[in-house]
Amino acid sequence: MSATAENAVETSPRRRTSLRKMIGSRPVSVAIYLAVMWVIVATALKGAEAMGYNWQWYRIPRYFYEATEGGIVLGEIPWGLVGTLALSGTAFLLAVAIGLIVALLRLSDLIVGRWVARGFLELVRNTPLLVLLYVFYYVFGPIFGLNRYTASVGCLAVFHGALISEIFRAGINAVPRGQWEAANSIGMTGWQIYRYIVLPQSIRFMLPPMTGEVVNMIKSSAIVSVIAVAELTTVGRNIISDTYMSFEIWFTIAAVYMVVTLIISTGATVLERRYAVRD
Amino acid sequence: MSDDAPIIELRNVSKFFGPFQALAGINLSVVAGERVVVCGPSGSGKSTMIRCINRLEEHDQGSITVDGISLGEDTKDIRAVRQEVGMVFQQFNLFPHLTVLENLTIGPIRVRKMEKARAESLARNYLERVHIPEQAGKYPAQLSGGQQQRVAIARSLCMEPRILLFDEPTSALDPEMINEVLDVMVELAGTGMTMIVVTHEMGFARKVADRMVFMEAGRIVEVAPPSVFFTNPESDRARMFLDQILEH
Ligand SMILES: Nc1ncnc2c1ncn2[C@@H]1O[C@H](COP(=O)(O)OP(=O)(O)OP(=O)(O)O)[C@@H](O)[C@H]1O
Ligand SMILES: [Mg+2]
Repeated sequence: MSATAENAVETSPRRRTSLRKMIGSRPVSVAIYLAVMWVIVATALKGAEAMGYNWQWYRIPRYFYEATEGGIVLGEIPWGLVGTLALSGTAFLLAVAIGLIVALLRLSDLIVGRWVARGFLELVRNTPLLVLLYVFYYVFGPIFGLNRYTASVGCLAVFHGALISEIFRAGINAVPRGQWEAANSIGMTGWQIYRYIVLPQSIRFMLPPMTGEVVNMIKSSAIVSVIAVAELTTVGRNIISDTYMSFEIWFTIAAVYMVVTLIISTGATVLERRYAVRD
Repeated sequence: MSDDAPIIELRNVSKFFGPFQALAGINLSVVAGERVVVCGPSGSGKSTMIRCINRLEEHDQGSITVDGISLGEDTKDIRAVRQEVGMVFQQFNLFPHLTVLENLTIGPIRVRKMEKARAESLARNYLERVHIPEQAGKYPAQLSGGQQQRVAIARSLCMEPRILLFDEPTSALDPEMINEVLDVMVELAGTGMTMIVVTHEMGFARKVADRMVFMEAGRIVEVAPPSVFFTNPESDRARMFLDQILEH
């Protein structure tokens, strides 16, 4: 093989990765995103026009805030958002606890523990979220005395706990075996090894998928609107049933979700960068 | 316990990995203060044998007694033994998220329940002993291989063990760093520490070993003082092995 041919073989994959890098870069992905959104919005507007939809955007701001004599009063949408964040936050904390326990059971040498964890995981992963919510509300509700809110929190925590347990498991397994051996050889207990050696090291591996789960949690919390728990999507449904402004309200609600999840993703990137320094 | 009662005793120890027999009836007694160097071809079971002594591997047959404690299923016993038996690994296995000082104090603080201030002065003391007191605040990744291995030795020493096990402590090091680690180990041998060292550093073995143990295929083939082992080994296998590694 001649020197130039070798060169060509070497550069072509490099060029391909640089193309991929360019497409993956922030400005380019934002541009693609905007283009796609533009097509969708334009089509929607045209369709709405064709069916003679009466746009009433001017009526939207009052659902965010209203100026009264007493000052500015928050409208239904911010309160719905507070509901969504409180619900997702509570459920997420619970989900992390469930995920950690399930992951530790799965990695333990207790055969029963591994079986329980495995069974839980398969059961939850193979049940649609909506069905799980119905089970929590209509079945566990009367049995364990759960109200709408606790049933929703429980359902979301269990569903995402299963996913989070896999994140924990992967993160824990990413810590090399030598770390266990070194910790064991100075006589640490299993619990101490997790607490002081393994978990602190696996945080770095778990942070990116974990923030992904926060975002997923916020998005899937919308499903509890089917049992009328007070949160953002429920607020949207309520406003529409009063005003019939379904286009404006759903666009607005979607935008609010998007702003919140984008803020979280950006914050997560900053956090990851800070954790990555220490190598 | 009298002075020459063994501090480590392996009786007829066998170990299987699936169908593969890694150790086949190992008998070995080590008395307190003795320095034993283990050598033998790759795959002969050297690592497996010393890892059974602090139960990083579980033996399948026979018995292992360390400092009067018989190794079995009892996790309290196992942890008691591990506090008396330090281990130095080929790959150092330092905790990368902790500073050098924290690497050294975590055992004393968490396992021995020592106060932080006392643990730190102990740690600084041992860093001095391995000649790197100035590195206390750094993270392992900021040190050279030789320095990392000396930190690992100091970490073991901080538990104030009665026995130290070394599994090829210099084989992952660049040649120019091997001696700084071996020097520390020679000094350690001078303090009366009981040591079992798996190594192919025959200069070190000549200097410190009380006994040489030669292994092959999961068995101990020959045990002899270095003066005999290096000049006139009994077994042909040991002779061939020595010819091979001393060629260089
Ligand atoms: N976890 C394991 N699973 C399966 N086989 C193993 C395992 N650990 C070791 N072995 C096998 O047991 C045998 C002995 O291994 P061991 O590591 O004790 O050898 P060694 O004498 O230390 O060799 P080396 O000089 O290469 O370190 C080898 O054949 C190895 O492949
Ligand atoms: Mg080995």
